[in-house]
Amino acid sequence: MLSSNISGPEPAAAGATAAAPSIALEIAHLTMIYARGRTAVHALDEITLSVRDREFVAIVGPSGCGKSTLLKLISGLRLPNRGAIRLYGRAVEGPRKDVGIVFQSPILLAWRTVLENVMLPIDVLGLPQETYRRKAVALLELVGLGGFADMYPQELSGGMQQRAAIARALVYDAPLLLMDEPFGALDAMTREQMNLELQRIWSAQRKTVVFITHSIAEAVFLADRMVVMSPRPGRILKIIDNPMPRARTLDDMLKPEFGELVRQVRGLLGGQAGGEL
Amino acid sequence: MNGAEDRPAAARSEGTDRKLADRLQRAALPLAVFVGLMALWEAVVDVLKIPTYLVPAPSAVFLAFIRGFAEAHYLFHALITGAQAVMGFLVGTALCLAIGVLVVVFPTMERIVYPYIVALQTVPKVAIAPLMIVWFGFGIESKIVIVALVSLFPVLVNVIAGLKSIDQDRLDLMSALSASRWQILRYLRFPNALPFIFAGLNTAIVFSVIGAIVGEFVGSNRGLGFLILQANFALDIAAAFALFVVLSIMGVTLHFTLQYIQTRVVFWAESEEFFRH
Ligand SMILES: Nc1ncnc2c1ncn2[C@@H]1O[C@H](COP(=O)(O)OP(=O)(O)O)[C@@H](O)[C@H]1O
Ligand SMILES: [Mg+2]
Repeated sequence: MLSSNISGPEPAAAGATAAAPSIALEIAHLTMIYARGRTAVHALDEITLSVRDREFVAIVGPSGCGKSTLLKLISGLRLPNRGAIRLYGRAVEGPRKDVGIVFQSPILLAWRTVLENVMLPIDVLGLPQETYRRKAVALLELVGLGGFADMYPQELSGGMQQRAAIARALVYDAPLLLMDEPFGALDAMTREQMNLELQRIWSAQRKTVVFITHSIAEAVFLADRMVVMSPRPGRILKIIDNPMPRARTLDDMLKPEFGELVRQVRGLLGGQAGGEL
Repeated sequence: MNGAEDRPAAARSEGTDRKLADRLQRAALPLAVFVGLMALWEAVVDVLKIPTYLVPAPSAVFLAFIRGFAEAHYLFHALITGAQAVMGFLVGTALCLAIGVLVVVFPTMERIVYPYIVALQTVPKVAIAPLMIVWFGFGIESKIVIVALVSLFPVLVNVIAGLKSIDQDRLDLMSALSASRWQILRYLRFPNALPFIFAGLNTAIVFSVIGAIVGEFVGSNRGLGFLILQANFALDIAAAFALFVVLSIMGVTLHFTLQYIQTRVVFWAESEEFFRH
């Protein structure tokens, strides 16, 4: 019921072909080496990956394997040493309007109300205030912050702040949503709740999502495909399909298929992220 | 849920009553000590027959204070000094903001400007004061320039520090939206710097009164500084003390006015000093 209100002007690139699912994101032979003084940190090695439009892809890997680096490269915040990224057919050469990002911490501005924080991209991008204010209000409703629009972020709990950050990433119609361990700081119960909500938002908003996590269960619960990465330098070990039907419930986590997928991912990670389940 | 609203009105007013009582109780002891000290001072001056031209009794100071306002236009002179302090303070602050913004938006400017700022700071401003009288005359202009010079440094240091102290996450948030330097300044750096800037302003407001008095000492025919010199030449020490009282009332008024503005402007960062009393 909200979706008609929320889905703004359809981005030109996305959904051009309705029949066959088009490719949203193409990453080819991506390599990233940080120069830090005299030493060099080889963060990513030969990453090749395609993400379909409206697909939910989770990237799992041990801490320090280059997950955040990959996200920064996709978003154009950093440039790779080698390799190429194409987003909706255009090479990524810097930050772009068709990418929404949710960082590990909410990064809300203390001097702006929750609604004003969600409106920040609209102010910066110079989009029409009136139209998008209505959309921002509807999005706050969608993420369960309807009554908190005029409060300040420091008056909200961590989970609520992260929801506001999600609304902010959704407000400007970017078809691709990048999320970097967005629920890492939350307690287990809130985290499960947020996973359910994210699934709901994703299907309501028809977004493409690249979701980074080091929780195996979270990855399997949310994703159509799990990309499993090796320790540094990060390489793709395997991409695992998750055929479990939508919409998934927390009870699905008790099903044998779910356990089997978790086992598969954990096996690849060699117990390194084992403590996370 | 949201605290204050749900509490019955009676409970709230009871709360404020108790706060008032608490405050009175806390004020009682310092007040008693003050009265005791005044009485002791009065007694010592009286018993030891200390001449008024060395140390006047509190009663003599009080009389001089009343007479000053009634007959010697203290209010007029205080307003002159206050206006010079405030105008110099505003000019200095505006200058600092302009320099700070230049330095932060064009980083090469910092290397060019900073040596001059440091050089300026190491010169005692009192030494430049006579020159300012020569350049800008006997009137209010020279005082404004002196005040601006004296109060410049603490503000400038804080403006620059505040504008620069942004963590990478927040810059990434803005960069991801393709924000320009000016947008980053407007939406992020400037609001972020406000608590720092006010810390500088709190120091500067004290300096500005010092600057105004120094300016008047060096060359003027009105203002509290001028009156203090006159009182000293006339060995009217009671009047000099009365003028110190006027000065400190002015200082306290300016300080609390600034604190009030601070709590309004920087509402998201609690000003500890203001609430502790
Ligand atoms: N700006 C940087 N400069 C140098 N090294 C970095 C920088 N950012 C990340 N690294 C290094 O690159 C590696 C991958 O980091 P990151 O992408 O943050 O991993 P993850 O998100 O998977 O934990 C780490 O070893 C990290 O120390
Ligand atoms: Mg990371």
